Amino acid sequence: MEKNAALFQFLCRMGDNTLVLGHRVSEWCGHAPVIEEDIALANTALDLLGQTQLWLELAGTVEGKGRSADDLAFLRDVWDFRNLLLVERPNGDFGHTLLRQFLFDAWQNIILARLTESRDQRIAEIAEKAAKEAAYHVERSSGTVIGLGDGTDESHRRMQAALDRLWPYVGEMFCGDAADQTLAAAGIAPRPEDLRSAWDAHVNAVLDAATLARPDSDFAHKGGRDGTHTEHLGYILADMQFLQRAYPGAAW
Amino acid sequence: MYAQMVKTAGHGIKPRDRMTPQERAFQDRIDAGEKIEPKDWMPDEYRATLIRQIGQHAHSEIVGQLPEGNWITRAPTLERKAILLAKVQDEAGHGLYLYSACETLGVSRDELIAMLHAGKMKYSSIFNYPTLNWADIGAVGWLVDGAAIMNQVQLQKTSYGPYARAMVRICKEESFHQRQGFSIMMKMAAGTPAQKRMAQDALNRLWFPSLMMFGPPDKDSAHTAQSMAWKIKINTNDELRQRFVDQTVPQIDYLGLERPDPDLKWNPDKADGKGGFDYSDPDWAEFFAVLKGNGPCNTDRMKARVDAWEQGAWVRDGLSAHAAKRAARSAQQTAAQ
Repeated sequence: MEKNAALFQFLCRMGDNTLVLGHRVSEWCGHAPVIEEDIALANTALDLLGQTQLWLELAGTVEGKGRSADDLAFLRDVWDFRNLLLVERPNGDFGHTLLRQFLFDAWQNIILARLTESRDQRIAEIAEKAAKEAAYHVERSSGTVIGLGDGTDESHRRMQAALDRLWPYVGEMFCGDAADQTLAAAGIAPRPEDLRSAWDAHVNAVLDAATLARPDSDFAHKGGRDGTHTEHLGYILADMQFLQRAYPGAAW
Repeated sequence: MYAQMVKTAGHGIKPRDRMTPQERAFQDRIDAGEKIEPKDWMPDEYRATLIRQIGQHAHSEIVGQLPEGNWITRAPTLERKAILLAKVQDEAGHGLYLYSACETLGVSRDELIAMLHAGKMKYSSIFNYPTLNWADIGAVGWLVDGAAIMNQVQLQKTSYGPYARAMVRICKEESFHQRQGFSIMMKMAAGTPAQKRMAQDALNRLWFPSLMMFGPPDKDSAHTAQSMAWKIKINTNDELRQRFVDQTVPQIDYLGLERPDPDLKWNPDKADGKGGFDYSDPDWAEFFAVLKGNGPCNTDRMKARVDAWEQGAWVRDGLSAHAAKRAARSAQQTAAQ
C-alpha cells in the first residue's frame, strides 16, 4: 500500500477509535452509579475526545484535501469509519462499559508507548501526550475490573458475563494488514501482531487478580478497521452527526 | 440558584429578649460577620434549614446534569462537545462539594439522595424544563447559570463556613460556564436563519423559567426573614430577580434577539431613581405546578436519577465488598508477620 494512503488509514483508525469510544463513554454522563464514577467517566471521555481532535486533524493534513477534524468526524458515513468493532459495542451495564474500557486501555497503553518512538515526529508528539492519559485510564479501568470481579457474587457474575460477551472483539486489535506492513517497514507504527504478548501479560494479570476466567476461544469478529461495522455505528453517527447533517454549512 | 422555596425551620424570627443566652451569642457572631463552623454550637433550626438549602442545591447540580447531558452526544463540533462535557462534569463536581458541605452538618450523602428519591427533598424547578434544540445549551449557560451566579455570588458571604467556601469555588467555574453559553448564543444569533430561530426559541422558552429560579415574590415568600437574619440568605428573591433582568436585557439586545416579554421596558423611576427594567411576572401557577411534580420533565428526571442509583447498587456493593476483602487480607498479612 502506498505510504500516504496507509498513513491516512492509520490515523483514521486511531482517531475513530477514540471518537467512537469517547461517544459511548459520554453517554453515561449523569447516569453513573455514584458521582465519583460519573466524573471519572466524563474525564475519560474528554481525554478520548481531545486525542480524537489530534489524530483526525493530522489525518486531514496527511490526506491533503482540506478536511478538518470536524469534517472527518461529522461528515463521513459508516463505511469510511475505521474504528475497532469493540469500541462501538453498546454500553450495557457499568461493568460491561468498564470491561470494554479495560480491554481497549490495555491495548492503547501499549500502542501509544510504541508510537512515542515513531519516525514520524507528528505521531510521536501526539502519542507522547496521549500516553500519559492512557496510562491513567488503564490503571483506573484495571482497578475497577479487579474490584468488581473480586467483589460480590453478583458483581463477579456480571463481570464474567461482560468478559465473555466482549472477548470475540479482542482479536481485531492484533490483526494487521497491508497498511500496517507499510507503516511498520517505514518505522512509523508497530505491527499490530507484535502488541499481543504485552497485552496478554497485562490482561492475564488483571483477570487473575479479578478472579475472572479468561475465555479460551480465539474467535475474532473483524471488519471495523476496513469499514465493515456492526449495526450500532449507524445509530452512533445518526446521533453524533445530526446537526451537521441537518444544517449543512452552518458555523457553530 | 439552585435553592428555591427553602422552608426555614422554626416559627419566624425569635425576638432577642426571648432567645436563650446561647442563641443570643450565636446571633451576635452572625451579626458581627463571623463564619459558623461545623463544630460550633448552632440552633437546631439553623442546622435544619441549612441541610435543606445545601441539600437542595446539591441535588440541583446533579439533576442539572441531565438537561445539558441531553445534547452531549449531539453537540455539533468536537470542540463544543468537549466544552459541554467538561461543563456537565463540573456540575457533578459541584454536587460533590455541596454534599460534602452538607455532611458537615451531620447528614450523609446517601441519606440526602434517599430523601430526594423519596420526594422529600427538591431540586430547582428549572431542570424540569426540556432542552429542545442546540441553542438551549447556550441559553442554559447564559440564563440559567447567569441566574445561579446572581444567587451564588451573594452566598459566598453566607454565614456557614463550609457552604460559603464551596460557593467561592463554584462561582469561579460558573462564570466560565456563563461565558461559554453566551458564546454559543452569539454564534447562533449571528448564524443562518434556522440557527437564529433556534436561539430565539430557546430564549422565549427559558426566560420565564429562569425568572422563577429566584423563587416567589417577596410578598409571598414566608421564609426569607429568618434566613436573612441568619445570613443564610443575603438578598431577597425580588432584589436578585431585578438584578438578573437588568443585567440580561442589554445582552438580549446585543444578540439582536427579540425581547421575550413585551413588558421589558426601561423604567427610570425604579430603584429610587436609579432605574431598572419593568418585567412581567412569570406564571406563578405554573411554578407551583412544576414544584408539585407537574413540569414537562419531572417524571423523566426523577426516573433517570432513581434508575442510575438503583442500577448502580451492585457496583457500589461490589466495590465496597472488594475494599473490605483487601482490608481483611492486609490485616491478616500484618498479623502473620
